[in-house]
Amino acid sequence: MYSFEYHRPGSVAEAAQLLTGNEDAKLLAGGMTYIPTLKQRLAQPSAVIDLGGIAELKGIKEEAGGLTIGAMTTHGEVASSAAVRQAIPALAALASNIGDAQVRNRGTIGGSISNNDPAADYPAALVALGATVRTSKRELAAEDFFTGMFETALEEDEILTAVHVPKPEKAAYSKFANPASRYAIVGVFVARTSAGVRVAVTGAGPAVFRATEMEQALAGNFSAAALDNVTVAADALNSDIHASAEYRAHLVKVMAKRAVEAAG
Amino acid sequence: MVEKGIGARVLRKEDQRFITGRGRYTDDINQHGQAHAVFLRSPHAHARIRGIDTSAAEAMPGVLAVLTGEDVKADGLGNLVCGWLVKSKDGSPMHMGPHPLLAQEKARYVGDRVAVIVAETLEQAHDAAEAVVVDYEELGPVVALERAHDAGSLVHDEIASNLAYDWELGDKAAVDAAFGRAAHVTRIDLVNNRLVPNAIEPRAAIGHYDPGMDHYTLHVTSQNPHVHRLVMSAFVGVAPEHKLRVVAPDVGGGFGSKIFIYGEECVVLWASKKVRGRPVKWTADRSEAFLSDAHGRDHISHAELALDQDGSFLAMRVNTKANLGAYMSTFSSCIPTYLYGTLLAGQYKTPAIYCDVQAYYTNTAPVDAYRGAGRPEASFLIETLVDQAAGELGMDPAELRRKNFVPKTAFPYQTPVALTYDTGDYEATLDEALRLVDWKGFAARKAESQRRGRLRGIGLSCYIEACGLAPSQVVGSLGAGVGLWESAKVRFSHTGKVQALTGTHSHGQGHETTFAQLVSEKLGIPYEDVEVIHGDTEKTPVGMGTYGSRSLAVGGEALAKACDKLVEKGKKIAAHLLEASEADIEFKDGNFTVAGTDRSKSMGEVVFTAYVPHNYPAGLEPGMEESAFFDPPNFTYPAGTYVCELEIDPATGTTEILRFVAVDDFGNVINPMIVEGQVHGGLAQGIGQALLEGAVYDESGQLLTGSYMDYTMPRADDVPSFEVVTAAGTASHANSLGVKGCGEAGAIGAPAAVINAITNAIGRRVEMPATPEKVWRALQNTQTPQAAE
Amino acid sequence: MKVSMSVNGKQVSGEAEPRTLLVEFLRYELGLTGTHVGCDTSQCGACVVHVNGSSVKSCTMLAVQAEGAQVTTIEGMAQGDELHPLQAAFREHHGLQCGFCTPGMIMSAADLLKTNPSPSEHEVREWLEGNICRCTGYHNIVKAILAAADTMRGAARAAE
Repeated sequence: MYSFEYHRPGSVAEAAQLLTGNEDAKLLAGGMTYIPTLKQRLAQPSAVIDLGGIAELKGIKEEAGGLTIGAMTTHGEVASSAAVRQAIPALAALASNIGDAQVRNRGTIGGSISNNDPAADYPAALVALGATVRTSKRELAAEDFFTGMFETALEEDEILTAVHVPKPEKAAYSKFANPASRYAIVGVFVARTSAGVRVAVTGAGPAVFRATEMEQALAGNFSAAALDNVTVAADALNSDIHASAEYRAHLVKVMAKRAVEAAG
Repeated sequence: MVEKGIGARVLRKEDQRFITGRGRYTDDINQHGQAHAVFLRSPHAHARIRGIDTSAAEAMPGVLAVLTGEDVKADGLGNLVCGWLVKSKDGSPMHMGPHPLLAQEKARYVGDRVAVIVAETLEQAHDAAEAVVVDYEELGPVVALERAHDAGSLVHDEIASNLAYDWELGDKAAVDAAFGRAAHVTRIDLVNNRLVPNAIEPRAAIGHYDPGMDHYTLHVTSQNPHVHRLVMSAFVGVAPEHKLRVVAPDVGGGFGSKIFIYGEECVVLWASKKVRGRPVKWTADRSEAFLSDAHGRDHISHAELALDQDGSFLAMRVNTKANLGAYMSTFSSCIPTYLYGTLLAGQYKTPAIYCDVQAYYTNTAPVDAYRGAGRPEASFLIETLVDQAAGELGMDPAELRRKNFVPKTAFPYQTPVALTYDTGDYEATLDEALRLVDWKGFAARKAESQRRGRLRGIGLSCYIEACGLAPSQVVGSLGAGVGLWESAKVRFSHTGKVQALTGTHSHGQGHETTFAQLVSEKLGIPYEDVEVIHGDTEKTPVGMGTYGSRSLAVGGEALAKACDKLVEKGKKIAAHLLEASEADIEFKDGNFTVAGTDRSKSMGEVVFTAYVPHNYPAGLEPGMEESAFFDPPNFTYPAGTYVCELEIDPATGTTEILRFVAVDDFGNVINPMIVEGQVHGGLAQGIGQALLEGAVYDESGQLLTGSYMDYTMPRADDVPSFEVVTAAGTASHANSLGVKGCGEAGAIGAPAAVINAITNAIGRRVEMPATPEKVWRALQNTQTPQAAE
Repeated sequence: MKVSMSVNGKQVSGEAEPRTLLVEFLRYELGLTGTHVGCDTSQCGACVVHVNGSSVKSCTMLAVQAEGAQVTTIEGMAQGDELHPLQAAFREHHGLQCGFCTPGMIMSAADLLKTNPSPSEHEVREWLEGNICRCTGYHNIVKAILAAADTMRGAARAAE
C-alpha cells in the first residue's frame, strides 16, 4: 500500500469539507473493494476519508411507502433487518448472498453502488425496484445513477448518503454466481410495482441494464412462461474466461424465469 | 498392548498449537535486525532484458540492496537444477535450459524473478521495486502447448527447439501388432488441465548469514529441508552444505509445491550475506504464488485402447504432450514420464502398452509435481478411456473393468510398463464401492431425478498409484539424481521418554501423531512418551523429505527399523540383568521377559541401565539411541474404486455432486482418522480439478487466473460429505509395516469418477474443468441425451 | 499514529501507519501470529477475527479502523486451559491438517454459531464460503462445527 492520510469525520458535512479541495482524497465505506485495491497498489490516494464514524449514514427506516437505507448500512444489516425482510424480502435475500459472511459484516450498500462493479448485486435491485439515490447534494433515480462500468453520476465532491427503495408488489432476485469470486455472472432482479414490471440485469453487461423486452412480456402476464418467446441478444454482453456472451445471454433468460417464479 | 498404537484413531498431537493460534509458520518468525525482500517480476512472458537501472531504487529510503542477475553471475552462483535426467527415444539426454536465480538476458514467464530489493521495511522494498527501471525488448511468447513445437520463438536460445525431450516406454511393435488384430479400438483425445497447487500458506523464507560463525540458516516453507540444503550447496553454491542449516518449521500445506528449490529462497540467503548478515525475509503474497509457484498437470493426450470381441484389453497406445513451463523445476522431468507412463497399466492386465511423451518449454510458470504428480494424469486417461470403451461396446463399465482386472491370484504382477505390483485385490474394492453406492439401484434414482428435470449420472474410477518413492537403484537407473531412501533416529532419554527424529516432513499429514503411534507400538511405551521431531537439518538425520505418499512407507519403516535395533540392544541389556541368555529374551508390550518365566525387566529399567551402566554387559556401548536408513525394495501400490453420483441442471449446466464413495486399499493403516482425512482432502482437489480449477494464460502469456477471484478453489459448498472406506486392505510387501501410503489417492482417483459421471448424465464427455458453460454447451450439441446412454 | 483497542480482553496500544492493516498490527505489532494471511483478495479467510463481536477479514480492514474496538483473535478463544468448544471439536473431529486456515475457520464458525446455534450441514457449508481450506476437503471441518454447535447448545441448556 502507498501511504496516505487518514480521516474519520463525524458528519457528512465534515466529510464533504475534507473532500473539497483535496482532489486525490477518496472516501472509504466498507472497504471490501477499495482496501484490496490499495493493497495491490492500484490506487494512490492522498487521503482516505473513512465514513465509518458517521452515524447519520447508518440504519434502515420505513419511509414513504418504502425503506430508506443509509449508505453505510452493511449487507449483513440489510439481510437481517426485520423491516427489509417484511417489506422487500427479495432485497434481504439478495443482501444475504453478497460475498461471504465477513464481507457482509463490513461491506455497505453505499460502497457497493458507488463502486458500481458490473457484477455487483445491488445495482440490479435498485434499478428494478425504481429506487432513489440520495447524496449530499441531490436525489436521483437509481437508473440515472448507474452510468457505466464502475461509473456513477456521483461528482468528485459528492457523497452518497442513502437509498430509498419503494416497496414492490412482488420481487425476486436470481443469481448465477461466478464459481471463483462469487460475484454475479448473471443476476436478474424482477420487480412488479404499481408503476409496472421492471427487470434489471447485472453481471451480464458492462453495467446494470433493464431488459425491456422482458418487462413488456411480463407486464401482461407475470409468469415465467411469458418469457419463453423473449430472446436475449448476446452482442453487447460480457465474455470472459468464466462465461461467453452467448452463455450469459442464455443465463439471463433462465435467471429471469427463476426470479419470476420465485416472486410468485 | 499399547493403547494408542497401530490402528488406533488417536487424536493429533499437533492440533493443540494450531487450534490455539500457536503454530509457528515461517512468516510468524521475526528475527532481530530483519530486513525485507521484494522480488521484481517480469510483466512480460518473454522478453530480452537489455538493461536494468537500479540506481534510483538504491537511493530510496531504507533500501539496503538491489540485486539482479548480473550480481548473481558476478558472485559465481550456479543455476537451479532439475534432478532427474530423462533421455529421449534416440538416447540423447533431455535439454535443460539454464534456470538462474534471477533472470539473466531474458525473462521467460510473467513472474520470472528479475531483481530483488532488500530494505528495512516491506513497504520501502515495494516502493523501491517501482523505481527499478528494466529495459525490456518483448519477444514472441510461446504459450499454447499444442503449438509449442512450431511457435516460431525459442524459450531457451541455447536449445534448438522448444522440445526438452521425446521419451518413450513400452514395446511399440507388440502394441502395433495387437492393434492389428483388435475387434474394436476406442480412441480418445483429452486435456489434463493445468492446476495451481494453492497451499493456503504462501511460500516464505528467511535467510540469515552469520558472519561470526560463517554459517547460514534458512527458514523456509519446505517439504524436504535436506533436499533444499543439498541443492543450494551442491548446485547453486550459495553456502557449503556443512555450514547451512535449513529449517522447515510448521508448513501450511505443500501438495508438491514446496518440494522444489526455488530462486527466492536461495536469493534471501545470498542477500543476507550481501547486507552483512542482516536476516532477510520474503513472504509471497497470493498473487505472487499464482505466478511463481510451480503449477501441476497440463497434458494433452491422444490414447487408443484395442479390445477383442469379448471386451478383453489387447493393447493401449498413448501419446502425450506435456508442458514444462519456462524452466525445468526440481523434479519436473520425471512427472510426465516415470510417474506417468509407468502407471498406464492401471488395474488392468493389458498385455501391451506403448507411450511416448513430448515435453515442451513454454513461456509459462514452471510445471512440476502437484498432488499425485503424473499418476492422476495416467489414471484419468485410463479410466475415461475404459469408460468410453464400455459405452461403445454397450457393456456395464463396472463389468468391463472387472473382466480386465489383474486378478487377485496374479500378484506379484509385472506390468508391460516396468512396474511390478506386489499386492492388491481390485475386485474387493470395486465390489465394496458398488455395494455402498447401490450401483444397481441407479436407474431408479435417475428416473426420480428426471421427474424433477435433472440429469443424473454415475461414474466409476478404479485407480492405482505407485507410492513410497522409491527404490534408489530403480530410480537411479531411470535417471534420478538422488537416492530415495529415508532415515530415522530414535533416542531414549534416562527417564524412558523418546525422541523420534525423521527425515520426512509433516505439513498437514500428522506425522507427529502417526509416527508416535508407530514408535509407541514398536517399543511398548506410552504414546504420550514419544515426541516426533522433523524439519531441521541440524536436528534430524539426512532425509529425503515428504512427497509421493512416501513418509510412512519409507520413513515410517526407517523408524520401525531403528526401534527394532533398540529392542535388540535392550535384549542384550535385559539378558545381562536377568542373568539369562539373550536368545531366551522375548520382548512384548514393553517388557523383556525370559521365555517361559515371569522374570522380566521393563523397557524403562533397561533404558535406565543403558544410561547408568553400572551393571552392564561387557563390551556393549552405553545409551539407547539408534539410527536406521531404509531403502525400499519396491514401490507400494495403493488402489481403489471411487464412485461419483451427481445431478446436472440442464438449464444452466451446473453440476451438483450428490454422493462420492471412495473405497481404498492402503494396506495396513496406522491411524484411520488421519488416513480418512488425507482421502477427503485429495478428493476435494480431484473434484476441484474435474469441475472447478484450471490455470488459464492468454495468448500473450498473462495469467488470467491469477487470484481467487478467477481461479476457482473448491469451497465447502462445492463438495459433498464423502463416504470413505479404507478398511480391509492387502498389506504391502515393500515394508514390514505392510503400509502403502494414502496422501495422493483422492486427487488421483477422483477426476475420472466425476467426469465419467457427467458423461453418463449427458451422453458426452466434457473436458476438465467441466464448468457449467461447457456442460451446457455439450447439452446443446447433444441431440438426444437420453438415447446416448 | 497511535492505535488503541481491546484485544482478547486486554487493552493494548501500538504504533500503526494509516495504511497498516489490522492483521499486520495483530501479527507484527502485537505478536499475535495465530491470525494468518493466505491471500490478497479477501477470499481465503485465514485472517478472520472478531471486531465488536462480528467476524471480519482483518486483511481488509485498517488497524486505525479498529480504534477503540473489541477485537478477539484465535488466541483469545480458550479460557485459560479450557478450549472453546469449537477448538475442542476441531481436534476431536480432525477438522484440521496443516493448521493454516484453522484459526480463520474457527473464528468464522464462532460467528455462525452465535447467530445460528443450530445450523444444518448445508448452512454450515454456505457460511464457510469465505474460508478456503486446501487440506481437509471440508468434510471434518463441517463435522466439527456441527458437533460444536451440539455441545454449545447442550451447555446453554445446562446453564438455563
